[in-house]
Amino acid sequence: MTDLTSLTLAAARKGLADKTFTSLELTDAHLSAIEAARVLNAFVMETPDQARSMAREADARIARGDAGPLAGIPLGIKDLFATKGVRTTACSKILDNFVPTYESTVTSQLWRDGAVLLGKLNNDEFAMGSSNETSCFGPVGNPWRRDGSNATLVPGGSSGGSASAVAALLCMGATATDTGGSIRQPAAFTATVGIKPTYGRCSRWGIVAFASSLDQAGPIARSVRDAAMLLRSMAGHDPKDTTSVDIPVPDYEAAIGKSVKGMKIGIPREYRLDGMPAEIEKLWSAGADWLRSAGAELVEVSLPHTKYALPAYYIVAPAEASSNLARYDGVRYGLREQGRNIIELYENTRAEGFGAEVKRRVMIGTYVLSAGYYDAYYLRAQKVRTLIKKDFEDCFTKGVDAILTPATPSAAFGIGEKGGADPVEMYLNDIFTVTVNMAGLPGIAVPAGKDAQGLPLGLQLIGRPFDEETLFSLGEVIEQAAGRFRPARWW
Amino acid sequence: MSTATHKLLKGATGDWEMVIGMEIHAQVISNSKLFSGASTTFGGEPNSHVSLVDAAMPGMLPVINEECVRQAVRTGLGLNAKINLRSVFDRKNYFYPDSPQGYQISQYKSPVVGEGEVLIELDGGRSVTIGIERLHLEQDAGKLLHDQSPSMSFVDLNRCGVALMEIVSKPDIRDAEQAKAYVTKLRSILRYLGTCDGDMEKGSLRADVNVSVRRPGGPLGTRCEIKNMNSINFIGQAIEYEARRQIEILEDGGAIEQETRLYDPNKGETRSMRSKEEAHDYRYFPDPDLLPLEFSQEFVDDLKAKLPELPDKKKMRFVADFGLSAYDASVLVAERESAVFYETVLDKLANRARDAKMAANWVINELFGRLNKEGRDITGSPVNAEQLAAIIDLIGEGTISGKIAKDLFEIVWQEGGDPRALVESRGMKQVTDLSAIEKVVDDIIAANPDKAAQVKDKPQSLGWFVGQVMKASGGKANPQSVNDLLKSKLGV
Repeated sequence: MTDLTSLTLAAARKGLADKTFTSLELTDAHLSAIEAARVLNAFVMETPDQARSMAREADARIARGDAGPLAGIPLGIKDLFATKGVRTTACSKILDNFVPTYESTVTSQLWRDGAVLLGKLNNDEFAMGSSNETSCFGPVGNPWRRDGSNATLVPGGSSGGSASAVAALLCMGATATDTGGSIRQPAAFTATVGIKPTYGRCSRWGIVAFASSLDQAGPIARSVRDAAMLLRSMAGHDPKDTTSVDIPVPDYEAAIGKSVKGMKIGIPREYRLDGMPAEIEKLWSAGADWLRSAGAELVEVSLPHTKYALPAYYIVAPAEASSNLARYDGVRYGLREQGRNIIELYENTRAEGFGAEVKRRVMIGTYVLSAGYYDAYYLRAQKVRTLIKKDFEDCFTKGVDAILTPATPSAAFGIGEKGGADPVEMYLNDIFTVTVNMAGLPGIAVPAGKDAQGLPLGLQLIGRPFDEETLFSLGEVIEQAAGRFRPARWW
Repeated sequence: MSTATHKLLKGATGDWEMVIGMEIHAQVISNSKLFSGASTTFGGEPNSHVSLVDAAMPGMLPVINEECVRQAVRTGLGLNAKINLRSVFDRKNYFYPDSPQGYQISQYKSPVVGEGEVLIELDGGRSVTIGIERLHLEQDAGKLLHDQSPSMSFVDLNRCGVALMEIVSKPDIRDAEQAKAYVTKLRSILRYLGTCDGDMEKGSLRADVNVSVRRPGGPLGTRCEIKNMNSINFIGQAIEYEARRQIEILEDGGAIEQETRLYDPNKGETRSMRSKEEAHDYRYFPDPDLLPLEFSQEFVDDLKAKLPELPDKKKMRFVADFGLSAYDASVLVAERESAVFYETVLDKLANRARDAKMAANWVINELFGRLNKEGRDITGSPVNAEQLAAIIDLIGEGTISGKIAKDLFEIVWQEGGDPRALVESRGMKQVTDLSAIEKVVDDIIAANPDKAAQVKDKPQSLGWFVGQVMKASGGKANPQSVNDLLKSKLGV
C-alpha cells in the first residue's frame, strides 16, 4: 500500500472518485509512513484515530456522491493552527498542553471540503526561525541529504515540519504560514511547492499570531496543481478577521496549464547579490529561459529599496510579536511557573516557557517600541515598508505580470550549522522572501533544480495582489520544465 | 479669565488658582463588547460573559462592534465636537491579569472624536464653557477578586472588553465647583444621548482628575493625577484637598512631583500611587489586527439627524416657548427623566399655553420637593405625569384653588386615583356661586361689626376677613370672588 503515498493530490482525488482505493486506505498508508519516519520529527502530534474516523466519514460522503473538493485527502497541519480538541502549541513550551476548544478558519474550511487530519506538524517556536531548530520539540530532519553524506540537514523554517512531511510523502499536503519566508524557504529546501498568498487572502482567525501585519497561511504541496487545489479550500473572506478581504476565491486549478504567452516577467536587478553562488545564478537564468520558451517576455526591473527590507522586517515583525506574545503570561492557560507575586509569576513563566530566539525577538520588539525609540525604529521601518510596496507597484504599473527571483540564497544547511554565534546569519535566509511579506504580495516557491551537492533549489515568483492565478500558471511552466524532485529514502 | 466665575484659594503668601483637567471614562451602552460578541450585562457569575477573544486565547482576533462606534459618534455630536472620519486603534501594552491580551486596544494618536465643548452652569446663573480635547474608544479591563482565597487573587473578565469612551477635557476647569458641574453636565448629556447610563456607583462613569495650582493667570504648575474617582462629591473633596496640599508644598519652598495619586474618602486625603519614574512605557503602536476605523460623512449626518434634543437646547426652548425662568428651565432639564416627565405633563394639559409655567412650578416645587423628602427619584414617583396634569387642569380652569390642589396632590400621592373624579367624589370643588359666597361674607361681617368698622383705616385687616370666609367655606370659596365681595361690602 505504500505506493499510495507517492500519488499527487490530483491523482489521489481521481483514485478516490474512481473508487480505486478508499480514503481509509490512503490515510492508513500515510499513517504507516508517518510511523516509519519518526526520526524526521516532522509530526509533533499524530492523530491516527481521528484520521481514520475522518477518512471513514469521507468514504461515506464519496459513496453518497456529495464529496467535497478535498474529500478523503490526508493532510498535516502546522502546529500554529488551532485544532479543536487536538493539542496546539506553536511548538512552544509556554503552550505546553494547550488544547483549543475552537478550530481555525483555514482548517475548518479544509475539513468542510472533506480533508483528513493526520496530525500536527513541527515548526520553529511561534514561527520564529528559518531552520525549524527553535521548536521546543527539537529540530526536524530534511529528507534530503548531500550526495555522499549522512549529515542531517534542516528543512528550513518556520514551516519545517510541513515541508519535510510533504517531501517525505508523509502527508499529501500541509498547511503552513509565512511571515518572512516561512512557507517558501522550506519549500525550496525540500523540493516542494509552497505559496504565500496575498495578505488578506486567508483568514488568520485561529492561527497563533507571530506578526499580525505579515502573517499569512498557505499550503505546502507536492506539485503546483496540488498547491492550487489546497489554496482554493484554505482561502476566503472571514468576518472574524477584519484584515481578510472579501473578494471571491477563484478556481486556482483552472490556471494550471494556462498559456503564459505574452506575459511580462520582471528580473529585479537588486536581487543579484554580491557573492551569490554561481549555481543560484545559473538556476535563475534557467528559470528565465523556461518562461521565455513558454512565450513570456523577460524584462529587467528595479526594486530600489530591497536592501532595506530585511532590517525593516526585523523591526516590524519583532515589534508586533512582542505585543502578540504578551498574552502568554501563565494566568489563563498553558505553562505556569509560580512566583511569590504576579510579577514573579510572569517572569518565571515567560523565562521558562519561551526559547532563546523568541526571547530575543520579544526584547528587540519591546525595545523598538519604547518611548524615545519608536520614531527612530518602528515608524521609520513602516516608512521603508511603504517604499518597498511602492517599488513593486511601480513595476506592476509598467505592465509587469510577475517577478522571478531565487527563493533562497543557498540550499539547505546542516543542523547547528548556522546562526549559532550570529543570529543575523540565520536571518539572511529570508533575504529574497521578506520583501513579499512587507508588500503583502503573493509569492510562490517552485523546485527548479539541484546544487552541486545534490540538494534542491527553488525559484520564487512574485505576483500582483490577489493574482495567485498567474503564479500558478507560471509555476506550472517551471515545474514542467524542471521536473519533480524526490529525495532518496534513508529514514 | 474673569475671577468671578471661579474660586481662588488663599495661601499664606497670597492667592492661588487651580487648573484642572479631567479624563472621564464612560462605559458605552451596547449589547455586546467593543471587539467581541460577549454580553455587556452587569453582574452575573464571574467569567460568565467572556468570549474567546476577551480571554485572549491564541489566534483570536478583535472585530469592531459598529454600535459602539455609533455611540461614540453620537456622544461626539452631543459635545459639539469634530468627528474624525478616519481614526486608528492602537495597542497600549502593559502586563496585568485584568488585561488578558497584555495590551488594551485604545486610540492614541488618532481618536474618533476631536475637539468640542461643554457649557456648565454655576450658582447665581454664571456659566462657563469647558473645552473637550478628544474622545476615544477603548476596552475596559477585567476585575481582580482578592477575597476568594488567602494565597491567590482571582480574576473576573466579565467587564473585560466592554467599550469605554475616554472623554478628555482641556485644562479649563478652575475650581471644585466647576469640576463637579462639569461631571454633572457631561453625565446628563450622556444620559440624554443614551450612550452611557452614567451610574457612578456601578462604575459606568469614572474620572481621573488632573490638578495643579498656580498664581492667578501665571504659568502652569506641575500636575498630579487623581485616579479612578467614582463620586461627584469625592471629586470636589479630592480637588480641594489636593490643591491645598500642593499650595502647602509650594509655599514651603518645595516642588510638586508629577505623580499619580489616589483619593481616600474615609481619610479625606490623596496619597501617592506611583511617581513619574514608575510610570509605564505603554509602547503604543497601531493594532495590526484592525484596519483604521473609517466611515462616511453621511453616516455621521444620519446619526446627527436622529439625535435627541439635548439639555442646553431644551432649556432655551422651555424659556422661549413657555416663559419659564432660566433657573426653572435648568432644574427641569438637568436630568433627562425630569425633562421627560415635565414634557409628558405638558402633553396632557388641556391648555398648555396658559398652564405650562404653573406646571413647571408644580413639578419643581411640589413634586421634586416631595420626592426629595422621601429620597425617591422621578422614575419612582407615585404621582404620574397624567395625574399631575389633571391637577393642574383643575386649578387652571378654576375648579379647585391652589390650596385645595395641594390637598388633592397629597391624596393622589397616598392613594392614587383620577384627580378629577376625586374632586367630584370628595366635594373639593371650588364654590364660584356668588350668592352662596355672599351669604357667608354677610354672616361674617355681621358677626364682627368692630372689625368691619376698622377696615377703612387699616386696609391690611381685609386679609383677616378673607381668611375667615375661606375657613367657613372649607377652603372651597373662590378666593378672588371672596376678595371682590368683601371689598365692595366694606367699602374699601
